[in-house]
Amino acid sequence: MANSAEARTEILRRIRAATGNPAEATVIEAEWNAIQRDYKLVTSVDHEGLLEQLEDRLRDYDAGVYRCHPAEIPALVGKILAERGKETVAVPSGIPPEWLPAGMKFVEDARRDVAQIDACEGVLTSATLAIAETGTIVLQDAPGQGRRAVTLLPDYHLCLVHAADIVQTVPEAIARLQPTTHLATTFFSGPSATADIEMTRIKGVHGPRFVDVILIVG
Amino acid sequence: MSLITFDPARVPTFQVAAKGLLGDTQLRKNVRHATNVIQGKRKIVVDEMPDWQQLRESGKQIKDHTLRNLDYYLQQFEENCTKAGGVVHWARDAAEARAIVIDLVKQSGSDEVIKIKSMTTEEISLNKGLEANGIKAYETDLAELIIQMGNDLPSHIVVPALHKNRQQIREIFKREMNLPDLGDKPADLAEAARTFLREKFLRVKTGVSGANFLIAETGGVCVTESEGNGRMCLTLPETLITIAGVEKVIPRYQDLEVFLQLLPRSATGERMNPYNSIWTGVHPTDGPRTFHIVLMDNARTKILADTEARQTLACIRCGACQNTCPVYRQTGGHAYGSVYAGPIGAILTPQLQEMHSGQSLPYASSLCGACYEVCPVKINIPEVLIHLRHKVVEQDTQGIGAFNPEALAMKAMAILFTSERRFRAAQRMGRMAERPLVNKAGWVTWLPGLLGGWTQVRDLHEMPKQTFREWFEQRGTSDGK
Repeated sequence: MANSAEARTEILRRIRAATGNPAEATVIEAEWNAIQRDYKLVTSVDHEGLLEQLEDRLRDYDAGVYRCHPAEIPALVGKILAERGKETVAVPSGIPPEWLPAGMKFVEDARRDVAQIDACEGVLTSATLAIAETGTIVLQDAPGQGRRAVTLLPDYHLCLVHAADIVQTVPEAIARLQPTTHLATTFFSGPSATADIEMTRIKGVHGPRFVDVILIVG
Repeated sequence: MSLITFDPARVPTFQVAAKGLLGDTQLRKNVRHATNVIQGKRKIVVDEMPDWQQLRESGKQIKDHTLRNLDYYLQQFEENCTKAGGVVHWARDAAEARAIVIDLVKQSGSDEVIKIKSMTTEEISLNKGLEANGIKAYETDLAELIIQMGNDLPSHIVVPALHKNRQQIREIFKREMNLPDLGDKPADLAEAARTFLREKFLRVKTGVSGANFLIAETGGVCVTESEGNGRMCLTLPETLITIAGVEKVIPRYQDLEVFLQLLPRSATGERMNPYNSIWTGVHPTDGPRTFHIVLMDNARTKILADTEARQTLACIRCGACQNTCPVYRQTGGHAYGSVYAGPIGAILTPQLQEMHSGQSLPYASSLCGACYEVCPVKINIPEVLIHLRHKVVEQDTQGIGAFNPEALAMKAMAILFTSERRFRAAQRMGRMAERPLVNKAGWVTWLPGLLGGWTQVRDLHEMPKQTFREWFEQRGTSDGK
């Protein structure tokens, strides 16, 4: 193999030759802090406005959107899955058992072979947060959300988001994620899509082609 | 990515290639349609952002700051990625990068790889290198699959197959996937790709990707995409090999808040692209067990050393400059003879090839400035184009080049312009010499010999009967002063 250490030394030498002597870490930090950031950082709508914006954006991406109170979750989950005709649904560990309606089959991901997940018709998870302005939901490797393959292989994703976890802007989301940057993180905005054919956004290539979102309020 | 590549030594100049491609009406129709749609979508989602200009300014400042401290941030990335279980490799040039990736694939024990769309791997012709070593590469992005199966070349950095319409794509898939009854609705074509690739995702043990952002602070890597093929390649294989140019590093996680707003709106006209994946080294029980990242120079440090051209490295590969460029919109991407086409390609390609080839590209522009206006990180592309034209001229007029007709003509002009007497004599001579060439309407439409290059694409007005100086002097005498 090519000598990577030698290449490293040479590339760093070239960079220093191009940019001048390396600066002190404190100087670099001060310079980074001085970067102008006049863009919008915080929410400019009330709580109801936030929910409506998220719903609007998700529908724009062709996702189904529902609202319910915590006590209504299992009934709504049961109704949505029945309407979608999903019988085998994967769940990551850490999903509150009271969310799951009785009498339906849920397969808990054992984090081994992905074939078990691939065989499921859908997946049900919670979420870390949602961004209203862009219609984005963020998933991390946390209880109730699971490893990345779980929300990728099944063709259908039912995602439950607490209203308290909705922010309006991307900067607010990034600030909330800062303490958990070590976790594998996925942002998803609607179902899988492509615009590679004549620039038409069509639903569904490899990720879930159908997405429903339940916003838990109250 | 297909096995045919743009060979810098053999591609024709932009002007020659463009002339041929302009005759392809189907291609022009496809390019016009795609760039119109994407520009329209971009405008809607950019106009709804009251802080768009502020975001652009921050994006520019972050990139500028990073490039000035590139050694610091690369080392910080290396340290944090290594701590998180990643293995960092360094490659001085394309050959070294290819060799590292090929070796890592062999070490992974696989003779096939699944690939995410990556312009960096296109830049170094990785698939050709893999194939030569008995490794089969499967492109998994829909557009890249179309390019690979059609044995074609990419023509756009975001939508590489935008020059193909649905009927053309159906023909390629029908033939390559053996699907005689395939329809031509985009959904049919996407379904065919889904079925074809799902088996590969579940079987192939090694993935290869590019990267959108390397986060120095955390050692994390961010990949943005639409289809989910990226997530498949990043998540399912046992070994993941990522290759990225050294300029892809950003200082901190917080900086994503700027780029994750600028990139999707500029690239595909979406508020957010369907998927962003961020991972840090190796995650136990989630995703690949081995993660390698190759940090590649390949002439980027040469660009860094040129302070006037350095801003080229700020590019986040959104393709907005391509969609808006009046030249690209007529010729499409292939005329540029490089995987990087359009305005950004016109400045990036010759510099990546260290000005040994691609010298015609800085001239593939009318300098209208539309690219600068849409650039999410405010790269002043026209400024760099002019800077590179200067370099090309310097190159052409050195050594034996000092005797080339253009250089000699410029020298002769300099002699004329430095003396009033000589200048006036030349004007008089010019009026006499042009006389047989001027038509009835007062235009010169044909010039002989080398000067013919000028009149091939434009007409020249005949010289005025009287110059301003002559008129001014006459006026003085007729007034009797």
